[in-house]
Amino acid sequence: MIELRDVAKRFGEQVVLDGVDFTVADGETVALLGPSGTGKSVLLKHIIGLIKPDRGSVIVDGLDVPRLRRNELRQLRYRIGYVFQNGALFDSMNVFENVRLGISDTDKFDDLAYSRDAVTRCIRLVNLAPETIEKYPAELSGGMRKRVGIARAIVGEPDYLLYDEPTSGLDPVNADIIDDLVKQLDKELGVTSVMVTHDVRGAFRVADRLALLSEGKIVMQGTQQEFLASDSPKVREFLERDFQNATLPEA
Amino acid sequence: MPPSPQRFDLRRSIGRIVLGALAHVGRFSMLVVEFFRGLKEPKIWVPRAMDEAWNIGIGSLFIVLLVSAFAGAVTALQAGYQFQGNLPWFVVGTLVTQSIVLELGPVLTGLILAGRIGARYAAEIGTMRVTEQIDALESLGRSPASHLLVPRVVAGLVMVPVLVIFADVIGVAMGWFSARQVMPLTDADFAYGAQAYYRPFDAYYSLIKAFFFAGAITFIPCYMGFNTSQGAEGVGRSTTGAVVSASVLILLLDTLLAQLLLTV
Ligand SMILES: Nc1ncnc2c1ncn2[C@@H]1O[C@H](COP(=O)(O)OP(=O)(O)OP(=O)(O)O)[C@@H](O)[C@H]1O
Ligand SMILES: [Mg+2]
Repeated sequence: MIELRDVAKRFGEQVVLDGVDFTVADGETVALLGPSGTGKSVLLKHIIGLIKPDRGSVIVDGLDVPRLRRNELRQLRYRIGYVFQNGALFDSMNVFENVRLGISDTDKFDDLAYSRDAVTRCIRLVNLAPETIEKYPAELSGGMRKRVGIARAIVGEPDYLLYDEPTSGLDPVNADIIDDLVKQLDKELGVTSVMVTHDVRGAFRVADRLALLSEGKIVMQGTQQEFLASDSPKVREFLERDFQNATLPEA
Repeated sequence: MPPSPQRFDLRRSIGRIVLGALAHVGRFSMLVVEFFRGLKEPKIWVPRAMDEAWNIGIGSLFIVLLVSAFAGAVTALQAGYQFQGNLPWFVVGTLVTQSIVLELGPVLTGLILAGRIGARYAAEIGTMRVTEQIDALESLGRSPASHLLVPRVVAGLVMVPVLVIFADVIGVAMGWFSARQVMPLTDADFAYGAQAYYRPFDAYYSLIKAFFFAGAITFIPCYMGFNTSQGAEGVGRSTTGAVVSASVLILLLDTLLAQLLLTV
């Protein structure tokens, strides 16, 4: 379970999060929506302890993340997969070595045969060709890098997955493949996930619940039906704008 | 709050500078602590340090040899010019050896490497910082210290002294060679001069300096790299900042070590 209570964070004068309450139950997938620059990535980084809150608490699996000792935080991070918005691949390493670093178990990591299998399997899951594993990040397209980032996050078989816009910048076919993958991991392995996204349609397809972040607060958290039924102007504005965008090409 | 036109307040400015400096000292000390923590994972840093050491050694050997060769030659020629008719020729041997081993070998090598190695370390780590690669390492539960910091620092601590030994040898050899070309000086004179005032400690002093310079050349740029922010411009700022600070620190350490170790 992931639980943020009254989390506030500012950078200098700029208040980014201003009392965020956000929960994700075990096994659940929550889509985090919100306009660009509202702090979705900042919120996600709080969950894995890359950013510490100025106020409030961040609890993951019963652990108080900002107050964890180095080793405890490390153990927790082994159980969380994080997909960075821009991939954040290590550009001095090829795809195989990049993805392999996601294997948190030391014995499995040292086992080259296991690593090869696991990396190849995950590369297939994100719909990349097996030859890709010999390439370097600079030789990949943006969408390919993003998918390598997803492979790196899932290869360690984490209990939690945090996706920062996993489908933005992908073509519709690959976006659907990633959405399906998120759903599959959720259903088959019971992974608890948070997916930051701008794609409301995709969010509806994948997520059990949705949350809308706007102006430093979670404006609304609930199911697809609750969102569609909401008459909060912020929610309406967000849904309508995105549905127009999403349905235009099909019309 | 609109910025109100304020008169220049000296006390406040000094206070801000002191606080800023203290913050740097604090964060730099944390980096050093991280370094020792990172040492506990040799499986991760040893292979990377070997790659890095190889890169530093091969990449810098030519320029280091070139500069020390010229330094040796110029020292010999100028000494010859100054001494003519005043001092016996063998003093040229003393002067070349002592100048190169005590000062020019380590300092020139240090300054060159501050540019070569320092700029690279700051730019590499800074780029990794702004492209979130360091965050990614942490998110995977892996230590940036043992993956990035320790290999670079260890490689520097090993290779800079090695390069300084090369610089010392080539500098003295070139000094000897040039002196013989233009002065009525025999090999025996030069060798006598080189040994007459030579203490075994001199060679150690050269290495001790190299070791401290290596610390400056590696730790400062890594520190600047880790504390990079704001994109490509930030990486540029860290890189120039790293080279300048490392060079200044080398000169400070040079003076300090002379004070402390060369007791008259
Ligand atoms: N390390 C930082 N230092 C200073 N400001 C930051 C930092 N990280 C984020 N911010 C600021 O916080 C705000 C929110 O950033 P964030 O990256 O979380 O947005 P986002 O909701 O993920 O947007 P997008 O959908 O475009 O990715 C931005 O205005 C950004 O300028
Ligand atoms: Mg973002």
